[in-house]
Amino acid sequence: MSNDARTEIRTFITTKFPDVTFSDEEDIFALGFVNSLFAMELVMFIEKAFGTRIPNEELHLGNFRSVALMADLVARQTSAAVG
Amino acid sequence: MKAETRSGPAGLVEVRRFVDLEIAPHANAFERAERIPWEVLSRVAELGLWAPFLPSEFGGEAMDMVTLGRVHEEVGRGCSSLRSLLTVHSMVSASVHRWGDQEQQEKWLWALARGEKLGAFCLTEPDRSGSDATAEGTTAVRDQDGWVLNGRKKWITGGQVADLLMVFASTGSGMCTFLVEADRPGVRVTPLPHVSGTTASMLAEIEFTGVRLEPSALLGPQGWAAGTVMTNALGLGRYSVACGAVGIVRAAIDACAQYTSVRSAGGVPLRDLPHVRQMMSGMVTARDAGRLLCERAGALNDAGDPATIMATWVAKYHASKAAVQAAGDAVQIHGANGFSPDHPVARLYRDSKVTEVIEGSTQVQELTIAAEAYREVAQ
Ligand SMILES: Cc1cc2nc3c(=O)[nH]c(=O)nc-3n(C[C@H](O)[C@H](O)[C@H](O)COP(=O)(O)OP(=O)(O)OC[C@H]3O[C@@H](n4cnc5c(N)ncnc54)[C@H](O)[C@@H]3O)c2cc1C
Repeated sequence: MSNDARTEIRTFITTKFPDVTFSDEEDIFALGFVNSLFAMELVMFIEKAFGTRIPNEELHLGNFRSVALMADLVARQTSAAVG
Repeated sequence: MKAETRSGPAGLVEVRRFVDLEIAPHANAFERAERIPWEVLSRVAELGLWAPFLPSEFGGEAMDMVTLGRVHEEVGRGCSSLRSLLTVHSMVSASVHRWGDQEQQEKWLWALARGEKLGAFCLTEPDRSGSDATAEGTTAVRDQDGWVLNGRKKWITGGQVADLLMVFASTGSGMCTFLVEADRPGVRVTPLPHVSGTTASMLAEIEFTGVRLEPSALLGPQGWAAGTVMTNALGLGRYSVACGAVGIVRAAIDACAQYTSVRSAGGVPLRDLPHVRQMMSGMVTARDAGRLLCERAGALNDAGDPATIMATWVAKYHASKAAVQAAGDAVQIHGANGFSPDHPVARLYRDSKVTEVIEGSTQVQELTIAAEAYREVAQ
């Protein structure tokens, strides 16, 4: 699941920003291309692609800084929904 | 505000009739009086139009966004001031639904859905660029009992009549959003008279002086993600404004079709003059394009698609410019009568111009939309 999620998240970002290269662990906010509009798109993308509603307490920068952290967030949300 | 029995939300045919009979014929009078009468606001409640997109457990009808857009288009056709009130009320209601905890939702959503409480969106400040949207002039300081709010907001649509203020303020850790009852001690509402455009939308300046708030007044996440509360609300507002702007184009077409059918110049009915036909064709095309763009944005939103955000920017960019063009052409077609309070077109022009300034001005939209074009080219 986590690897699939990583791939999907990475694809979403690189489709929008094909010139940017980054590893799964890298802080994408430090790369400077994430504006408030794209941050909202990221939230919407994760909610739609993984059929989840991110609760307020999970909506903090620390969960969106990298592809890996976002995939972890997805894993927590989807396992919470199943469990 | 007390709502009467509610049988809504009304279908589009009923909304159209409401606008034709109870709104459009009186919109110039509303503008002159600089207010929408309470009876009209109560009728909006009766028709279930304040926040029909809320789910039924909170008193709404889970109306989809495409349909909501058509409702706001119809209302915008009749009176942009009323549409503006719907816009900000929708932004507040949707925000409480999306970000509110159970207590906040139970406290507010039913009353908002029924129009028993009206919402206002308080972001812009008198001494700062509204386009920057930083809310730096309003502060919320945490103490042991909750928060203390200080600052001033200006250009607040519906501020004169709102019960629930959604206020953006700076805290030590960035911007946050607060739900503030308008009758709290320390809240002072000063009407803004003689505003040129959406003049009946009961705009106000609102000052907060040492307003004490419980911890539960905080809406949604703090810190970085608080920005998503604002972005989300503005996205819905932008959609509503875009749909309302399509309504303005329709109103311009209606007014011009009637006027040019009864007025002649040089022995020729105005409707037969080529330049009138040209302007009418432009309006019709702009209306259809605007509606299609709004429908696309609404459908993407209904699907939860992240492309909603950019589609909404594009819809609003097109529709607001189209409304200004159509209303300007309508004034031109009406000649001197275009400036008369006996015709709707001068009001349409004033109202249309507002749509180019609020929820992202035309120039700010150009930065965003053009950036998307460069990104697409780079792919
Ligand atoms: C009728 C009406 C109702 C309103 N209702 C509300 C409400 O309910 N709640 C609320 O919070 N606010 C409300 N507003 C305020 C509105 O949101 C602001 O007017 C808007 O955000 C623009 O801000 P500003 O007026 O400070 O203009 P500024 O931000 O000072 O802009 C001035 C000019 O500079 C341009 N500009 C700004 N930044 C840039 C840039 N980066 N690049 C190029 N050009 C730029 C703008 O396009 C504009 O032409 C309302 C305003 C009006 C007129």
